[in-house]
Amino acid sequence: MKLHNATDRIEKGIVLRAPRSRVWRALASADEFGAWFGMKLEGDFAPGGRVHGQITLPGHGQVTVEIAIERMDPESRMSYRWHPYAVESGVDYSSEPTTLVEFHLEEVAEGTRLRVVESGFDRIPAARRAEALRMNDAGWAEQLENIARHVGS
Amino acid sequence: MSVHSAGWREASRAAPMFAALGDETRLALVARLSSEGPLSITRLAAGSSVTRQAITKHLNVLATAGLVSDLRRGRERIWELEPEQMDAARAYLEHVSKRWDEALGRLKQLVEE
Repeated sequence: MKLHNATDRIEKGIVLRAPRSRVWRALASADEFGAWFGMKLEGDFAPGGRVHGQITLPGHGQVTVEIAIERMDPESRMSYRWHPYAVESGVDYSSEPTTLVEFHLEEVAEGTRLRVVESGFDRIPAARRAEALRMNDAGWAEQLENIARHVGS
Repeated sequence: MSVHSAGWREASRAAPMFAALGDETRLALVARLSSEGPLSITRLAAGSSVTRQAITKHLNVLATAGLVSDLRRGRERIWELEPEQMDAARAYLEHVSKRWDEALGRLKQLVEE
């Protein structure tokens, strides 16, 4: 099932010029995680715990996120589940399938290699995926409007 | 506003496609056509517990969504994938993927400060 895999997961790799301990802090601290991801999170990350928050990226409006932490192996591995692209306010996503996000840290000569895998997209309802595309597009439109306003056109 | 209109077209094209793919049998048919290339109904039904009639019905649903097309070769109909449509089905993952790229770019900035 080659195609199945192709639509079920996303894999990313990046080399960061920073020690593993520094990268781990940016992942394991809810404050720091929120800062780079674009979320305002309440509470701390802990295995088996849930953290709620709001997306702070431009063009998202009032969007609530819930992160269910699964594993935290210091400086090596962290994983959690969430609803990908739960971008519409007022929609209850709690009964829908989640995706699994895994971070793997590895020491390399230049610093730290970080691998991110998000999987489980094939179980996300078709309607939700189509809607996410639409919402993403709405986000773009809003951002373009912001820019237009900013430059005073 | 080219980004806006291109994205909109993609989204409205993708919706019926995800609906057509939201079925195990149809997803398996698409996977086989993807890995083995054009196939006849006979080949598609071989070794499967699903009847030829049922497979034909599923292929017609996929054809309506623009995912597959058929051509007659002799007395048989050969089914093949429409790659352009499959590309649109990947648009969703591309959006999520882009969001990760942006986020990881911000992470890089933060930890390399």
